[in-house]
Amino acid sequence: MRESKLGLDFEKVAYAKQLAKNISHDVQNFVDNYSTVAVERTLLRLMQIDGVDKNDVPLANVVVDFVKQKGMLSHGILYILGNSIVQTGKTPQQIAQEVAQGTLDITTLPFEKDEKIIQKALDKYIDISIEKIKTNRKRRENFISTIGEGGKPYLYVIVATGNIYEDVIQAQAAARQGADIIAVIRTTGQSLLDYVPFGATTEGFGGTFATQENFRIMRKALDEVGQEVGRYIRLCNYCSGLCMPEIAVMGALEGLDVMLNDALYGILFRDINMQRTLIDQYFSRVINGFAGVIINTGEDNYLTTADAFEEAHTVLASDLINEQLAFAAGIPEEQMGLGHAFEMDPKLENGFLYELSQAQLTREIFPNAPLKYMPPTKFMTGNIFKGQIQDALFNAISIWTNQGIQLLGMMTEAIHTPFMSDRYISIENAKYVFNNMKSIGEEVEYKKDGIIQKRAQKILNDATLLLEKIDKESLFDALEKGIFAEIKRPKNGGKGLDGVFEKKENYYNPFIEIMKK
Amino acid sequence: MSGGLYSMEEKNFDTSLDLKKVRPYGDTMNDGKTQLSFTLPVPCNEEAVEAAKILMKKMGLENPQIVFYKELTEGFTFFNCYGSLTHSVDFTSIFVPKVESNVMDMHQTDEFIKENIGRKLIVLGASTGTDAHTVGIDAIMNMKGYAGHYGLERYEMIEAFNMGSQVLNEDFIAKALELKADALLVSQTVTQKDVHIKNLVELVEMLEAEGLRDKIILCCGGPRITYELAKEIGYDAGFGMNSYADDVASYIAQEFVKRNK
Repeated sequence: MRESKLGLDFEKVAYAKQLAKNISHDVQNFVDNYSTVAVERTLLRLMQIDGVDKNDVPLANVVVDFVKQKGMLSHGILYILGNSIVQTGKTPQQIAQEVAQGTLDITTLPFEKDEKIIQKALDKYIDISIEKIKTNRKRRENFISTIGEGGKPYLYVIVATGNIYEDVIQAQAAARQGADIIAVIRTTGQSLLDYVPFGATTEGFGGTFATQENFRIMRKALDEVGQEVGRYIRLCNYCSGLCMPEIAVMGALEGLDVMLNDALYGILFRDINMQRTLIDQYFSRVINGFAGVIINTGEDNYLTTADAFEEAHTVLASDLINEQLAFAAGIPEEQMGLGHAFEMDPKLENGFLYELSQAQLTREIFPNAPLKYMPPTKFMTGNIFKGQIQDALFNAISIWTNQGIQLLGMMTEAIHTPFMSDRYISIENAKYVFNNMKSIGEEVEYKKDGIIQKRAQKILNDATLLLEKIDKESLFDALEKGIFAEIKRPKNGGKGLDGVFEKKENYYNPFIEIMKK
Repeated sequence: MSGGLYSMEEKNFDTSLDLKKVRPYGDTMNDGKTQLSFTLPVPCNEEAVEAAKILMKKMGLENPQIVFYKELTEGFTFFNCYGSLTHSVDFTSIFVPKVESNVMDMHQTDEFIKENIGRKLIVLGASTGTDAHTVGIDAIMNMKGYAGHYGLERYEMIEAFNMGSQVLNEDFIAKALELKADALLVSQTVTQKDVHIKNLVELVEMLEAEGLRDKIILCCGGPRITYELAKEIGYDAGFGMNSYADDVASYIAQEFVKRNK
C-alpha cells in the first residue's frame, strides 16, 4: 500500500486514471483510422528522403503534395513509394528527386498486385532508420553510464538567439554553469509552418528554427561540453505545431533527449485543428517513445490564461489524459514529463502552501514520471529583485516534492530573452536552494486535514468530476466548450484540417508496430 | 567584507534638492548612487575588473566599485557594480506625451458610455503577426482580467472581440470591417530585432490604404510599448507595462466622445 503524505485515497486516483483511459481510448479509436500529410512526410524522412528542391521546398513535402494532388494519398505514401521502388529499381531519394524535377509520376506507374513485394522493397530503408535511432539511444545510455549525468530535478534552461551558432555559445556556457537540459526555443511562428526548414539557420525571431542540421550542430556542441563537465547534457526541442511527427523523427535521428509534445497545447494556444494534431501527436509520441525521448506536456500554459488557484484541477485532469494518450503510444512513465506550474498570484495568502500541495499531489499521482515544473511567468513584473525571490520559492517546492525537470525561472522574465548572466544567476539560485533544502521532503510531513492535505484532496475530487464530464461527452466536445484554459476551439476549426485524410486499403505504416514493440 | 559597513566618504557636496539638477539617490541627497550589472566578453582577471571600472567612469560614474565579479564561462565575466553618477537631469524641463484621459473604473466607464454615446462600443483586439503570445491581449480583454482589473469582455457597454494570437494584419482588418469596430487593440510581446515595430507600422499603412485609419481608434500595447513610441509610428495611443483594461477602456470611451462631438 502506497503512503500518501496528502492523505489521498489511491482508489480515487485509480478511478480518475480509469476515466482518463476511457477518454484516451475514444481519441485513439478516431486516430487509428486517419493519417495526415505530416505523418506521411515523416514516413518519407524515415525512408531517408532529405533535402529540398530548387525552391527550398523539402522533398518530403514535394512528394506528399504531389501524391495528394493526384488524389492518391489515402493509400498511404509508403504504398506509393514502395511500388515506385519495385517498378523503377531506384532509391527513395532518387525517386523523390525525380518527382521534384517533374521527370517521374509515381502515381501512374503500374501497380504491383502483391502487397508483400511492395512492403519487402521498403524493408532495407526501414532497417537503416530503425538502426540509426537505436544507435542514438545507446549513445545516450553509454554516455550516461560512463560519464554520468546531473541529479534530479534536472536544471532546464533555454537559449533563444535566433542564430544556431550563437545558441551554441550560450548553451555551452549554461552547461558549464550547471544546466542539465538545453532547450533551443523555436522562432516565433514555426509551429504554424506546414514544413520543416532545411539547413543551418542564423536568423529567427524570439528563437531559432528547428531544422535537422541545427539539431546536429547543437547535439555535437552539447556532447563536447558534456565531456568537459562530466555530465550528459540533454537537448530539448519542440515537437508541436503542424510538423509534430517530422520534428520527432528528426530529433530521433539526431539524438535529441527531450521534446515538448502536446496536442492539447497546440489546439488551445496555436489554434491548430484538434483532429490534425491528435493524429500527428500519436505518431510523434510513438517515435519519441522508441527513441527514449522524454516528452514534455504543456499544461502549465493553461495557467497563463486561466487562474492558477481556481483552475488547478484542469491541469491535473489534462495531465491524467496526457498520461493515457502517452501510454497508448507506448511511452513508458519514465519518459513522461507531465507539465504543471508555479503560477499563483504572489499576493494570495498561503499561496506557497497551495503550490506545495499541488506539486506534491502531482508527484504522488505520477510517481515515476519526470514531472516538468514550470516557473512563475504570469506574475513576473520587471521587478527583478522580487522575481528572484519568486523563483527561489518555486525552487524550494521543486526540491521539496522531488520534481523531475526544473524549468528554471529567470528574474528577467517579462523583460527579455535570457542574458548569459541571467542564466548564471538563475542556476546559482536553484543550486543553492536544492542543496540547502535537499532532504526536506523526507523530513517534513503535512498536518492531517490541514490546508495542504485538504487542498490536494479537493483538487483530486474536482479533477475527477471534470474527467467524468469529459468521459460522458468526448475530449473533442470538451475542447469545443472551453474546458481547458478557458479557450474554446471548434472540432473543424483551426489550422491544418485539410491535411487530414482517412486511411484506405493498402495503407501501410510498419513503424508503429516496430517502434511500439 | 568587513569594510564598507559604514560610509566614511566625506560628503562634500550640496545635499539640498534642486529639481534643475536631479541625480540618483542612495541615502543622501545628490549622492548619485547607482547600481548596475553587466557582462564583458573577456576572461576573469584583474584587467577585467579594471576594464569594468574604466567603462563605469566613461558612463559618468565616480568611485566605481566592483562589488562582485564572476566568470560565467571561459572568456565572459559578470560584474555587479556601484558608483556615483556625475550626470544630472533638469526635471523642470521634461515633457512626456501621455494618454490624455481620466482613468475610470469599469462601472464609471460603462456609465460614461451610456450617457455620452448611448450604444455599445465595439472593440477588436489581437496579437498580430507571428507573435504567439496572448498574455497581453488576454490581460486587457478576457472576462477575468488581470491583477484585479476586469477585462473588456466584462464591460456592459463594450462589445469585445479577442482574435487571439498570430493574426495576420489583413485578417485583422477584415474582421474590423465585418464587426464595424470602433477601436482596434494590437498587442505585441515579442520585440526581438524590433519585429513589433515593423508589424505595427504595416498595420497603420494598410489601414491608411483602406481609408480606415481616421475612422478607427487605434491602440497598441505590450511590455516594450510606450505612448510616445505609439504616437511616433502613427497610433492614437500606446499602453505599456502596468496598464490595465481600465486605462484602455476609459481612453477609448473618452476619445470616441471627443472625436464625435
